Amino acid sequence: MTEQDIIREFLIESTENLNRLDQEIVQLEQRPNDKELLASVFRTFHTIKGTCGFLGFGILERVTHHAENILSRLRSGDLRLSPPLVALILQSLDAARKMLAAIESTGTEGTDEFADLVQRLESAATAAVTEAAAAPPDSSPVEAEKASAAADTAIRVDVGLLDKLMNLVGELVLARNQVLQFTTQKEDGALNATSQRLNLITTELQENVMKTRMQPIGVVWNKLPRLVRDVSHACGKQVRLELDGSGTELDKTIIQAIRDPLTHLVRNCCDHGIETPEERARIGKTPQGVVSLRAYHEGGQVNIEISDDGAGIDAERVKQKAIEKGLCTPEQAGRLSEREALNLIFVPGFSLAQKVTNVSGRGVGMDVVKSNIEKIGGLVDVVSRVAEGTTVKLKIPLTLAIIPGLVITSSTERFVIPQVSLLELIRLDGASAGKIEHVHGTPVYRRRGTLLPVAYLNGILGLQPPAASEAVNIVVLQAEDRQFGLVVDGINDTQEIVVKPLGKQLKGLTIYAGATIMGDGRVALILDALGIGQRSGVLAEHRDEERAESQKKAHSTAEKQRLLLFRAGSFERLAVPLSLVSRLEEFPQSVIERAGGSPVVQYRGGILALLSLAKVLEPDAPDDAMDRDPAQVIVFQDGERSLGLVVDQINDIVEDAVTVRRQSGRHGLLGSAVVGKHVADFLDLHTVLGTAGGDWFAGAAGGARRGTVLLAEPAAFARGLLHSELQMAGYQVIEAAGAAEAISRLEQGGIDVVIVAEDLPRAGSQEVLDAVRRRPGSERIPLLALASGPVQGRPAGSEPFDDCQSKFDREAMLRSLERLAAALEHENPVVAAARSEK
Amino acid sequence: MTTATRPSAKNAHGSRKAGAQYSTFFVGDLFFGIDVLSVQEVLRFQPMTCVPLAPGVIEGLINLRGQIVTAIDMRRRLGLPPRPTGVYPMNMVVRTEDSAVSLLVDEIGDVIEVEGTALEPPPANMASEARELIRGVYQMKDRLLLVLDTERTVELGVGVHAHQVT
Repeated sequence: MTEQDIIREFLIESTENLNRLDQEIVQLEQRPNDKELLASVFRTFHTIKGTCGFLGFGILERVTHHAENILSRLRSGDLRLSPPLVALILQSLDAARKMLAAIESTGTEGTDEFADLVQRLESAATAAVTEAAAAPPDSSPVEAEKASAAADTAIRVDVGLLDKLMNLVGELVLARNQVLQFTTQKEDGALNATSQRLNLITTELQENVMKTRMQPIGVVWNKLPRLVRDVSHACGKQVRLELDGSGTELDKTIIQAIRDPLTHLVRNCCDHGIETPEERARIGKTPQGVVSLRAYHEGGQVNIEISDDGAGIDAERVKQKAIEKGLCTPEQAGRLSEREALNLIFVPGFSLAQKVTNVSGRGVGMDVVKSNIEKIGGLVDVVSRVAEGTTVKLKIPLTLAIIPGLVITSSTERFVIPQVSLLELIRLDGASAGKIEHVHGTPVYRRRGTLLPVAYLNGILGLQPPAASEAVNIVVLQAEDRQFGLVVDGINDTQEIVVKPLGKQLKGLTIYAGATIMGDGRVALILDALGIGQRSGVLAEHRDEERAESQKKAHSTAEKQRLLLFRAGSFERLAVPLSLVSRLEEFPQSVIERAGGSPVVQYRGGILALLSLAKVLEPDAPDDAMDRDPAQVIVFQDGERSLGLVVDQINDIVEDAVTVRRQSGRHGLLGSAVVGKHVADFLDLHTVLGTAGGDWFAGAAGGARRGTVLLAEPAAFARGLLHSELQMAGYQVIEAAGAAEAISRLEQGGIDVVIVAEDLPRAGSQEVLDAVRRRPGSERIPLLALASGPVQGRPAGSEPFDDCQSKFDREAMLRSLERLAAALEHENPVVAAARSEK
Repeated sequence: MTTATRPSAKNAHGSRKAGAQYSTFFVGDLFFGIDVLSVQEVLRFQPMTCVPLAPGVIEGLINLRGQIVTAIDMRRRLGLPPRPTGVYPMNMVVRTEDSAVSLLVDEIGDVIEVEGTALEPPPANMASEARELIRGVYQMKDRLLLVLDTERTVELGVGVHAHQVT
């Protein structure tokens, strides 16, 4: 992208921003107290200012800078919004527009310095409100109607509209297919010619509509030369940027998702990778370092490589740093392979930089790079050689919307397997050499000397196997780092399919990645290799141990928890924190009685209601847990209340850190996590016990005995766990997923203590803190912050919160909570004083 | 009552004034109504793709002009006995917060305008599966119109499990 192109993009973007500002400022005049609106206006100004500075438009920058100053003072409450002030801000908008028009036609901002406007803006920002009113009224509205013409050659279209277009084209294709079928039966020349034409046009239309969503990766790369130049200048280095394959096309949503990670990686290369010219000269390299980016298609995916010829990453130093940071023990570090050690740089909180420069240490970190890439189904890998350089490889799907897939059949149903997870197809004829063998009941196949675990699709899905056929078809799938074979009844062909999401009713079924519409108009389900593997046990049993191990290391900051593992229905590994469990019991069938139609036992002088867990989780599956003799029961107790949860088998009690893997949409489950090398599903006690009677927690015993807690925590999984823990401890819990929700809930009153996770997005915990402290009547509510990591190292009293505990340390959290609640009740002078100081 | 106030999809809970219009349908011997504005369309029985391992109330997926719609069997949802073989249900496609969902019902009735009568709470002794999904009852001349809460109906966490407990 030339300088010209950058300016063009800047013009389009700024014109759009200015138009939005017009509306927002007018709205702001009507609602001067709308903090969010004000923040949005502020941000937009800030964006324009930032870009101007970047492109070297000094006057424009000055005007927007001063306007931004006013907004900043409005935001902090130093100034009040008055009509003259609004007029002034709008005038600066008009001035900005005028300059944009000038930039577009002449390439410069024009001769007008707007000194008068700048001066007035400046005085308004510093002076009292009344003085701003002295500003003369609008000095002739600038020709706003002369809107940027650059914005006219391109239009922005909502991706939703493109999706709709794609749906319609899909329908058209189906209709075309039917027409073609009819015409082949008729001997009509004209009709045939017409339908052929229809055929061609439809195909072309389909291709083009798909193209509308694709963008070359160059769109993101265009910004890099400037970035590299600025960063290398700032660090006193010489860096040359090489770009290869900028025409490689990717889906728009993916392009957006990789923008930040790419920027960060390139910045890292310049800042940490490339050495200074002197250093390079000393070790015999050319003074100028090279950062090269390469993008290319490979197997339905796009590979992006970001490499530098710099100092490389020393695996030993990474290990040392990890030990220093407490991410792993020296013994664990000793066992790490070089590749594993390098991958530690993706662990949150890890930085190799000796000092934080103004270039790095900001924005997204490597952990965010990894999580952003994984979010769109991509992979990150890093290869490095000391003194030779580092290469980061990203593997990214081409598009999230259209993927190639293999159509297979199981029983009479058709399914699609995404090509990405497909490795190879194996067909076993009766006579040929290979066959499926059984090891201790587990089917395996000998593939070129290695044992491949095998699962049967119709068995997994509970479908009828077809009449015995001679050949066996094995589809070899890859899920994460593991491979397994899936026996299917038939293999049809490969197709480009349009992925559509499933309704929320089916979200909990991890074996499906979505659905698609086939050529005949019928719906087919898309299989998820990872979900299938886990469901069949192929992956759960042979789960990559290394991976679980490194997971454990990576998250060893999370406090360990004692977990009870058990089995119910088709769920082999269910987990619940042991701290919530009252007792484990076995009841012989003879003592189980029925009261009011449901099973109960007499237990410790009371009546204990029994509830089969499998019935709650899988209401439609047959369940024999209740008929076992003796019945295995987990007893939950809260004051007078108790409930026995009947499970198939109680397996184990383990102590491990909980690392969240994925959330579940299934009723009664919070999600899955790795516990002791295997995946376990976490029970959502809140829901499960709630099933036993809506008032389980709200009753007299458990009720507001200890006060109401507002729990602001972004992750649903952690929120659910904390909710259960707090409820079991006798608190009434109100959940909030974000700062805004927490604040609005706070305003309804009735909150005794606020618990806020430090990792609420966008400095949300600070926002909640401010809201509590500022709002009259709530300034005394104690605030407990929950950190994702350990809190031992933090000096006491350094927190703006009343207390701070680790999210995973249940005991400390409850103790702290009790203390805070008690302090509130008795107005402990120390705490009150400490609080008023803040 | 001549000028019917157009009911908006939002003024749902009980406070409905006279003049609300309901699309009606039958499931077993129950007579249901859904706010006419939340009904997208009504279709004959469609070929369906079954979803193995899905909750039992989900009959399958249908292709509604390129949109994939989940079909929920209302008989199973309400805990009623299954439809006799050979009888095909109708699709009542309703808009919900999440996406469109098709309710499989026995028979489609008229659009009824309710006026003058108040929405009463469902009878307390009704089977809990059904009661949880009903917003209220209108007393019509010859029968009772049960107003279905579509959001709760498509929320499979609700009611489906209730009968295990009591």
